[in-house]
Amino acid sequence: MALLQVDNIKKVYGKEEVLKGISFSLDKGEVLAIIGSSGGGKTTLLRCLNQLVEPDEGTIMVNDKVIFDAQLTKKLSDSEIRQNRLHFGLVFQQFNLFPQYNVFRNLTLAAQLLENEKIKKSGAKGSEKRALKRAAFDEIDEKAEAILKRVGLSDKKYAYPCELSGGQQQRVAIARALILNPDILCFDEPTSALDPELTGEVLKVIEGLKSSDSTMIVVTHEMEFARRVATKVIFVADGMIEEMGTPEEIFEHPKSEKLKQFFHKGVEVIANLEE
Amino acid sequence: MTFLEVTLQLLDGFKITVILFLITLLGALPLGLVIAFGSMSKFAPIRYITRAFVWVIRGTPLMLQIILVFYGPGLIFGMQGLDRFPAVVVAFIVNYAAYFSEIYRGGIESIQAGQYEAGQVLGMTKTQIFFRVVLFQVIKRIIPPMGNEIITLVKDTSLARVVSVVELLKAAQDIVGLHAIIWPIFYIGAFYLLFTGVLTILFNRIEKKLNYYAG
Repeated sequence: MALLQVDNIKKVYGKEEVLKGISFSLDKGEVLAIIGSSGGGKTTLLRCLNQLVEPDEGTIMVNDKVIFDAQLTKKLSDSEIRQNRLHFGLVFQQFNLFPQYNVFRNLTLAAQLLENEKIKKSGAKGSEKRALKRAAFDEIDEKAEAILKRVGLSDKKYAYPCELSGGQQQRVAIARALILNPDILCFDEPTSALDPELTGEVLKVIEGLKSSDSTMIVVTHEMEFARRVATKVIFVADGMIEEMGTPEEIFEHPKSEKLKQFFHKGVEVIANLEE
Repeated sequence: MTFLEVTLQLLDGFKITVILFLITLLGALPLGLVIAFGSMSKFAPIRYITRAFVWVIRGTPLMLQIILVFYGPGLIFGMQGLDRFPAVVVAFIVNYAAYFSEIYRGGIESIQAGQYEAGQVLGMTKTQIFFRVVLFQVIKRIIPPMGNEIITLVKDTSLARVVSVVELLKAAQDIVGLHAIIWPIFYIGAFYLLFTGVLTILFNRIEKKLNYYAG
């Protein structure tokens, strides 16, 4: 059974139907690239998965567990939504690091808050509670160190976001998402806000995360990256999945007119630039 | 009256000024936050009522509000009202809370949605997002307008004399009236300048402290 099963997701803003019924599934270890023109609904789709946007229709299942179902009459409680959200991590286009905290605190804050909650629920008191907390926090610190190393920023542990380059900030954002061990890590145009010379380091980090037990969804305009890293590509246009397939199918043998046009436009832009 | 005698008498008034200032801050800073949340409420009736309230408070003179709180209960309802000083305190707290609420609201609304979203996808509760992520950034942004408002408060305390609370200005007026000397009324300017000077330095320090990060 698929790790992620998305069925018939629809979203309407006012009169505009942004998503017109999106369905796809994803297995563990897969990397899904979502491509398409701006305004086509790619970002909204990601935001639906992360429950930042509530779809009007459809269901989302992770590991056979329904985490969203528009049919349900009973609204989920805030804490249920929060739990469901944790299946997904999200890396934003604009990083959205917490500016008042240093890199390390950016990583550990949410993890510590979640641990605190767990310990509180366990009903431990006094010295037992303190011991539990210390052990948990030590573990978080260790993990944060390891993840920082993985994104190549161990030396920036105590730096503030404003002291980092865009590429470094985005790597911190990736680390911050990783520390909570999401089942599926989502990237919303992770390099679109970066200077061209900085996109490489971020894409490299993302590529480095690819492994048999990490599942990722990347909304991106970096076609080369999508072709190289993705195991599955979805082309979204006008709120619908216009075409879905392996990178080879999508990039080498596009079938739909819209997709061919989409690639063609890219070529045109480059041609115009060269003129 | 000698300079020393005048100074000592003025210090009594200054004490009232400082106490009024501190109690007002203590009450208005948290109350302002509550009003700010009211004026940003998703529930429209609460939002409208709060905004109308802020409009009335900011739209009428503080002096009038002091008079209303002190004389209102007795004149309108024929009931026993508050004593002079408590009445002034109530009027000041409500008035300043209304102004503070707008500063808070401006600060809170200036925080990008991305900060809330980042907190959400990291599994934080709304309360955690507000207190752990947003509030500090808001404080940093509102320090300059807050400094402005708080310095205004120092001088506004002189309005308390309208119901005969003997704060600094009233203390000076009393001396002028009783002893037929004019200089004490100008001398109190130094007290206000000293007080606001200390606050200015304090706010500059806070601002500098919070400048360790940009944004």
